[in-house]
Amino acid sequence: MGSKYFDYAATSPMDPRVTEAMLPYYTQEFGNPNSLYTLGRDAARALEAAREKFAAGIGAVQPSEIVFTSGGSEADNAAFFSTLRKVAPDGGHLITSAYEHDAVLETAEWLGKHGYDLTLVKPRKDGHVYPEDVKAALREDTKLVSIMHSNNEIGSINDIKSIAALAHEAGALMHTDAVQSLGKIPFDVVDLDVDMASFSAHKVHGPKGVGALYLKRGTRFDALIKGGGQETKRRSGTQNVAGAVGFATALELALEVRESEAVRLAALRDRVIDGVTSRLENVQATVDTGERLPNIASLLVKGVEGESMLLQLDNLGFSVSTGSACSSGSLEASHVLLAIGVPQVIAHGSLRISLGIDNTEADIDEFIDALVPIVEKLRAMSPVYKKMFCGENPITF
Amino acid sequence: MIYSDKVMEHFRNPHNVGKIENPDGEGEVGNPVCGDIMNITISVDGEDTITDAKFQTLGCGAAIATSSMVTDLVKGQKIQDAVKISKQDVADELDGLPAVKMHCSVLATDGLKVAIDDYLKKNGREPLSGEIKSADPNFDPHAEEEPAEGEDD
Repeated sequence: MGSKYFDYAATSPMDPRVTEAMLPYYTQEFGNPNSLYTLGRDAARALEAAREKFAAGIGAVQPSEIVFTSGGSEADNAAFFSTLRKVAPDGGHLITSAYEHDAVLETAEWLGKHGYDLTLVKPRKDGHVYPEDVKAALREDTKLVSIMHSNNEIGSINDIKSIAALAHEAGALMHTDAVQSLGKIPFDVVDLDVDMASFSAHKVHGPKGVGALYLKRGTRFDALIKGGGQETKRRSGTQNVAGAVGFATALELALEVRESEAVRLAALRDRVIDGVTSRLENVQATVDTGERLPNIASLLVKGVEGESMLLQLDNLGFSVSTGSACSSGSLEASHVLLAIGVPQVIAHGSLRISLGIDNTEADIDEFIDALVPIVEKLRAMSPVYKKMFCGENPITF
Repeated sequence: MIYSDKVMEHFRNPHNVGKIENPDGEGEVGNPVCGDIMNITISVDGEDTITDAKFQTLGCGAAIATSSMVTDLVKGQKIQDAVKISKQDVADELDGLPAVKMHCSVLATDGLKVAIDDYLKKNGREPLSGEIKSADPNFDPHAEEEPAEGEDD
């Protein structure tokens, strides 16, 4: 194997076994799962089997606690809108963190402008949201706490079990965005005792456009998408049977190799970090303490603009991400990096290397060999590198 | 957001990288918070013709490609013509730039204007462009932007 693709946290290729499991539901088994005749009932059985398999994969007590969605973003949106419309239609206090995925952050901020009070808890410099910081933000009228299980840019893992306990003590619901954790690290909804959790299929070699929301039984919920009342009235629209089958299959396959892959990927992650930081000056791992995802290496390459690095790497066939302002059309440096206190000037030079099933040690070494001269060349081209990072008062994080 | 082949060509192999020693004019624009800084140095002959131009740029693909293009364009031009080169001219020469890059990344034309004014002032002459906003290290290129379509209020 071997691959120059280092952006598995953005998306992953579908496992051929997943594609194979899905294909019949597009062709001969095309029935609408809500139809009463045989073809429909067969599709419904496949959908419910997928739900059972998925539920088992996240430790849910009942398959009916799984609502299939169009992706992680829809699950995140529903976690806010659908519960709040039931439990706090007239407003109340919400807590989330400042470094959530945009699907949570934008949703929470919108609610913050439309009748709800919003507190954004800041993650600390080490990349973690501290339970005591959430505790300090809790109020008597806090209705919902949403903190991500692991961060998609820097890979830090949060103590959701403790945070959920605090939220419940205060009478609030607990949601966690678990998109990056699923299939990578242990994730069990009962152990964590969350009320809701969001997942996405394409991060675990499943199809794009498919996600799931775990909704603990008894959690009051008003469907975001209304219509025919599918998904036991929690998500209308003819179900994506093939997608659900694909997601469940992908999760099952990911969990089969999870433990061995976690060890292998963590070694590769550390190989990237050690290799780059030993061969280039003024480079550091963004976070290096506490629980971290095995597959994400986040680097701060000072004095270089991230998009330039990304494009030069792409020129050599490598795919990575950056939190630079210039990346993919946004004008702000990554809100995740800024939230943990990385100065703008340094955030522009961030690189995220997210590893997956096809990456090998040889790929990592090849990547490092490619990155070093690119950074040196871009720094040499910069009018300010030496002044900002090599003088008497270098800018630091 | 997709760059044209020409932008990528200039980005991969930028022309005129470096700094002219004892330049006749020098300009530095941009600020590190935005992530784009550009320095341009020029040589000018006795008839106000730019004979050489070099740049150093910290920035994205568009910032580097436009720096390369501007330094190409001005060589052999009279300073009076060079100051008229607009951001749009540079974008057109590069077969277009993504809209989001027009505001903050096309620093090269500003850098050139500052360098030409620097040359004029050194020679006791009136500057042609006067104040250039992006030459102020605290300049925020996003300040004047309209919110994008579909953005929440």
